[in-house]
Amino acid sequence: MSLKRGKLIGLAAIIAMASPFTQPLNAVGEVFELSSLSNLYEGVSFDHDMHIEAASDNCAACHHHTAGTPTQDPNCIPCHKNSGEAESAACSSCHEAEPFTSANLEKTANTPYLHHKEKPGLMAALHQNCLGCHSEVGGPLGCQDCHTMTDKGEKYYNTGKYAPKPGKETGHH
Amino acid sequence: MNRRNFIKGSLAGGLAVAATAKTEKADAAAGTFGGYADSMGVLVDLTKCVGCRTCEAACNKEQGLPEPDKPFDDYSVFDEHRHGGLPRRTTEKEYTIVNRYEVEGREKPLYRKFQCNHCNEPACLTSCFVNAYTKTPEGAVIYNPKVCVGCRTCMIACPFYVPTYSYSSAINPVVKKCIMCYDTRLKFGRPPACVEACPQGVMTFGKRKDLISLAHKMIDAKPGKYVNHVYGETEVGGTSWMYLSDVPFEEIGFNTHLGPQPIINYVKDFLAIVPMVLTIWPALFTGFHLLATRKQANKDESNKA
Repeated sequence: MSLKRGKLIGLAAIIAMASPFTQPLNAVGEVFELSSLSNLYEGVSFDHDMHIEAASDNCAACHHHTAGTPTQDPNCIPCHKNSGEAESAACSSCHEAEPFTSANLEKTANTPYLHHKEKPGLMAALHQNCLGCHSEVGGPLGCQDCHTMTDKGEKYYNTGKYAPKPGKETGHH
Repeated sequence: MNRRNFIKGSLAGGLAVAATAKTEKADAAAGTFGGYADSMGVLVDLTKCVGCRTCEAACNKEQGLPEPDKPFDDYSVFDEHRHGGLPRRTTEKEYTIVNRYEVEGREKPLYRKFQCNHCNEPACLTSCFVNAYTKTPEGAVIYNPKVCVGCRTCMIACPFYVPTYSYSSAINPVVKKCIMCYDTRLKFGRPPACVEACPQGVMTFGKRKDLISLAHKMIDAKPGKYVNHVYGETEVGGTSWMYLSDVPFEEIGFNTHLGPQPIINYVKDFLAIVPMVLTIWPALFTGFHLLATRKQANKDESNKA
């Protein structure tokens, strides 16, 4: 039911589907709805305050070099050691929600910065960051611990009411 | 034009023709085709995979494959094994699969995604006698099921055991495998469905040559994180799909004894002799036979007389 609670509390702060997680730096005290995956899953409510506390006020734990605290990633340090606070620390301002458009693929292919070629899209960035930390601190790890599957999702994963009928196994392994 | 110039000109021209013919022939004979220069590839960072099987679901939908035996969010498949305790492999209805490996000394299990590696010089292609396979300039190894006669030589030739056979079809069984989503995506510059669907961003899509430098940069940037090897950079002449891992590749089901030579190189010296044998030997040995029996024939002739 935390999903519903999140929806109510964060009503004013809920982000439009097209621009998940686009908030100014002072996004403290808000509950976001991360809904870039809302095709296969319901949105995920994200309690920013709780995570600030979990990260002991070290913004760089999630925000790399963009929130004022220096980056710790050895891939980023050579160039971003002295990069100050960015105009926007929102994940989606660097990590594209649709990384596989032809325009973005071309941009990635032509970037002179090799490490930007492996810059994950928004979905991957959120998962790498969330799951990476959750597995260290014992947060939820299962897909459906955070996501509630939609009807479309059940169809995509052949699960729920779209699950294969038992006894149909052909055993061609 | 005087005679001297004419001879000079024709000599130079002849030499030029001979020279170009020679290099092309030499390239073909030496098997130096290292893949198309601008071919695309995928770099798989196995350290990032969490085994959610979304890539399997994406492949199933994109390729219009039949309903799976178990739901794609059923993780009991990781405990399944084939005969002989071997891990799951690709099948006629699963062009990609993820396997779980418990590695000693690694905190968490390692998940390995597996599909056709799309070799630069594919053994399936070179072994196919009906030319069903094509290596496209974009990097995909595709095949034409219409000409496949079901001989399954490619299944034996493939060093990664990728092509599978539709044993379930009694009427028209053909070979099936991952085609890097060539028809629906790669042809239009888009990455395969599994790459795009992966929630962890395990796979990076780009030009193969860029991915190789990226992979080495990633290894160098975090010493000790990755094994210092990009699997697929050199194996069997290089593959379009390449892998980074934090545990030695041999411990997670990769064959590390394949060597850098394309599979065809091991047999092409022999194969080059075959046409020669077929054309020269019959004439040669008929000649020997005639020579050897001529005396006898003459004798018979004179006896008759």
